Amino acid sequence: MNMILSPIPWLLVIPLAGAVLTMLIPLNWRSPASMFGLLTQLLASLLLGYQVSQYGTQIYAMADWQAPLGIALRADGLATLFILMSSLVATACALYAHLYLNLTKRGHFWPLLWFLWASLNGIWLAADTFNLYVGLELLTFAAVGLVAFASDERSLEASIRYLYAALLGSMAYLLGVALLYGAQGTLAMDSLAETWHWGPTNQVAITLILGGLLLKTAVFPMHTWLPPAHGGALTPVSALLSALVIKASFYILLRFWVEFEVYRHLPSLSQLLGVLGAGAIIWGGWMALKQTHLKMVVAYSTVAQIGYISLMFPLLTAENSEASLMAYHGGILMLLAHAFAKAGMFLAAGNLIYCTGKPDLASLAGMSRYRPLNIFAFGLAGVSLMGLPPSGGFNAKWLLLQSSFLSGQWWWIVVLLIGSLLSAAYIFRVFAYTYQETEATDSFRRPPITIELIALCLSVASILLGFLSIWPVNVVSLPGPFMEAMP
Amino acid sequence: MDTNLIFTLGGIGLCGLGLFGFIYHCHLLRRLIAFNLIGNGTFLIMVGFAQRGQGVTDHVIQALVLTGIVVAVSATALALVLIRRWFHLKGSTQLPEDDAS
Amino acid sequence: MNWTDSLPLAVLMTSFLAATIIFMLPEQKHILRSTINLGAACIKIILIIFLIQAVLQQNYPEVRLEVLPGLDLILRADSLAILFAGLSSVLWLFTTLYAIGYLENSPNRSRFFGYFSLCVASTMGISLAGNLFTFLIFYELLTLSTYPLVVHRGNTASIKAGRTYLIYTLTGGVVLLLGVASLYALGGDIAFGDIERTAALVGTWPELMTIIFILLIAGLGVKAAIFPFHGWLPTAMVAPAPVSALLHAVAVVKAGAFGIVRVVYDIYGIELSWQQGLLYPIAIIASFTILYGSWRALQQIDIKKRLAFSTVSQVSYILLGISLFGPLGTIGGLVHLLHQGLMKVTLFFCAGNYAETLGIHKIHELDGVGQRMPFTSIAFTVGAMGMIGLPPVAGFISKWYLGMGALEANMGWVIFILIGSSLLNAAYFLPVLKRIWFNPQQGSWPHERVSNCRDAIPLLLIPALVTASLSIAAGLFASSILSPLGWAELITLREYLR
Repeated sequence: MNMILSPIPWLLVIPLAGAVLTMLIPLNWRSPASMFGLLTQLLASLLLGYQVSQYGTQIYAMADWQAPLGIALRADGLATLFILMSSLVATACALYAHLYLNLTKRGHFWPLLWFLWASLNGIWLAADTFNLYVGLELLTFAAVGLVAFASDERSLEASIRYLYAALLGSMAYLLGVALLYGAQGTLAMDSLAETWHWGPTNQVAITLILGGLLLKTAVFPMHTWLPPAHGGALTPVSALLSALVIKASFYILLRFWVEFEVYRHLPSLSQLLGVLGAGAIIWGGWMALKQTHLKMVVAYSTVAQIGYISLMFPLLTAENSEASLMAYHGGILMLLAHAFAKAGMFLAAGNLIYCTGKPDLASLAGMSRYRPLNIFAFGLAGVSLMGLPPSGGFNAKWLLLQSSFLSGQWWWIVVLLIGSLLSAAYIFRVFAYTYQETEATDSFRRPPITIELIALCLSVASILLGFLSIWPVNVVSLPGPFMEAMP
Repeated sequence: MDTNLIFTLGGIGLCGLGLFGFIYHCHLLRRLIAFNLIGNGTFLIMVGFAQRGQGVTDHVIQALVLTGIVVAVSATALALVLIRRWFHLKGSTQLPEDDAS
Repeated sequence: MNWTDSLPLAVLMTSFLAATIIFMLPEQKHILRSTINLGAACIKIILIIFLIQAVLQQNYPEVRLEVLPGLDLILRADSLAILFAGLSSVLWLFTTLYAIGYLENSPNRSRFFGYFSLCVASTMGISLAGNLFTFLIFYELLTLSTYPLVVHRGNTASIKAGRTYLIYTLTGGVVLLLGVASLYALGGDIAFGDIERTAALVGTWPELMTIIFILLIAGLGVKAAIFPFHGWLPTAMVAPAPVSALLHAVAVVKAGAFGIVRVVYDIYGIELSWQQGLLYPIAIIASFTILYGSWRALQQIDIKKRLAFSTVSQVSYILLGISLFGPLGTIGGLVHLLHQGLMKVTLFFCAGNYAETLGIHKIHELDGVGQRMPFTSIAFTVGAMGMIGLPPVAGFISKWYLGMGALEANMGWVIFILIGSSLLNAAYFLPVLKRIWFNPQQGSWPHERVSNCRDAIPLLLIPALVTASLSIAAGLFASSILSPLGWAELITLREYLR
């Protein structure tokens, strides 16, 4: 397919061009130019969604350079879903940032956002392990830059911690990829999968890669960098980081896990990942319950939610293909629901903080009377995160439960149910604060209705996902190398 | 013992040294240098693989190492900017002890 | 595709859309909000009448949406669904009317009525759910939409009550989820009424299916407030009176009881449950809850608390009816679902009237109120007589059928439970009636708010009088097909002839 018809190159070229362009043009031109960019991204991702669902997996060689030197891009069902997810969430966050930040901050925000977006799309579409590395590193730079953007002491500290953790993770990943190349002489995902053999080199390589990716995904107990970074950043940035950025390393992890059939050869490792996930659910939920700052509650909730998503690994077993498929669907749905719900929740939390002017929970008293729409947005996102119906989070939890039943791994059921009660506890704790009527004066700032509506839209999307889950489930099940490698 | 193995062992040594430094030191600059050591070790291992063909070098690997070096340099630059700003703000070269986690 | 097929969805959407619009409305648009509320309630009743027609012609409208592979969201109007949906839609109209009067001049009405409509939407979803998955979705949605109503006042007591409410209902929800998920893992998507599938499953995994039954009943029992899961109900009394009426008479406890009806009749099937010995334990727990609730009600001095424990006791009548194997017991249980709703909502309206008009909260403050507020007191008397089971109020019919059902099921001891409970009911209601009508007024009223009017304001009085008349009418015209009893007989006929 040629350059004009396929939306794949546009998904990379426009964000990259946007990053360069918005850095060069004057401050007050940056937003209009970016708005145009947002539109093209939305259109390109919708077009890609259409093409992939109609014609199946799309392969694209950049500038017709073939492998090994050229850059091959591949859009299968999984990648397409992630492209669509990041387009929708990033657009919402970008619009929010446009309304929320002042002119100077906004001007500096755009290049970083486009940079982030380009690296995300690069990761979703990458067909070889080295492109994934480049994408990961660029993503780290953009994300660290965005965290440091708040330019106060806390966010700076958080960004340095984040940078070091992320760099260590990428280096482990790179070393692993280098070893894989040494053993097999190729970097492309599909030819690696074809010639894969479980020698000692490959085992060391895969361990390094998984370790690095787990660190970057902030899987418990390697999560300590996440809460300060996500809780301390500016609101739209927090939303982007929690909803999209951590998903990138998870996505790579999932691709390696399935396409190289790690689940088949290292079943004990999958149980270990499940245990880490369970730890994240319990510990993240517990810590969220103990926080006194609103955004830290939301940030720790991300730690717990990563735990839920990781529960798909022990359930992806070679023995039971039906249970594995359910786990795969459940995990992806959980990830998708989390992207919308967490972005919505961070934005709603940011609005609440904007109203009260204070970041702590106690000052939320009376908020549900003053800003009912905003509390409603927060609540809807909370419903999905708690896994209560009707929501995408519930359907995901349902699939994971069914998968645990079918594969006979009942202990994950216990974890899932305890986790839902814990998340209900920390979310309703926030709620109880907003319903309190205290004597304190009501000197709240009034946020523009538009930023409240953006938060509401994202939260509503996570609820609607509960009714439309069949669509993403069908998209990620489209045939391709990934689905062939599934048990 | 062929050159490949020497490169690999050397690379692993560098990586180990870097990892040790990364965990052991609190000074931000030292940790940054340690990170660069890990990076160099990794590149050394990769370059070692490139020599396998007895005289014929593998240009894919060289392209990769070059890209890797560029990325590492950018990472170092970004880290330096952040460290410098931290130093201006707090007058300290290390992060406060982690108590939040 | 028949046009009636979209009716279940339309019934659900009327309250859902009303909720959405009300959330968007500014706080001060009171008249518009009330119009939307009442309009939606009336439209819903009309739609329900169409549904009744369809169901009478043995035509069961159905809407399906595939949510996940092999998992459907089903809204289906069968005769049992109509029973509950009809009750909720009628009571919603009067509770809305009452709430408009009750909350006049109080803050946060937009929020209140928004969640109120959402709550009714979820009740409609519960009644029209066509499989356990759909039921579960709306059951949890009900929890979520009632929480803001319980904590509506925002003081420390409400927030504490809200927490207790959540701890009970969310834990119950998790237990229910576990039960439903394991049932689906064993047998896939089982629609209500598909009892052959369950029978096959029970044949293969008898123990497992018994455990699932226990999980389902326990999860639902939390909302139905069966002992020992009843603790949230009296605590939630801090909520405004219309909310209490809604929680007690229509939505929450009934959702639990209705769920148990569904599980017993439409998942396991009444005969299978009986053969497996699953009904007898329910009968024992229900009997115990009946006596325990009445006993605790006797000890309360707060009017609303006494009514709350009375609810604990009365809802178990429904369960008792279900657990009596035989058509008469079933009729008794189902008809009490409606009768208890009508009578209890009347009592709560009256309690709210006393509190709003004269500031009366405690029973000893009721002395001589019959002279001051005669109409409210008449309505209260009707409700109380119904609870005791005196003819011609509807409560008598339920108890009569329950007693007959007990004899039919060879469980004669249940008669003694019914007599004991009636005595206890009399013991905690008759002294109240004596105070209202025969004791002289003692000093001034605690907090007299309305002095220019003989009784409560009309918006508060009319709903109470209407529901009181309805509960007498349900007793007097019991032989009509459209009376609660007639409909319960229709359901039972279709259930036992299957």
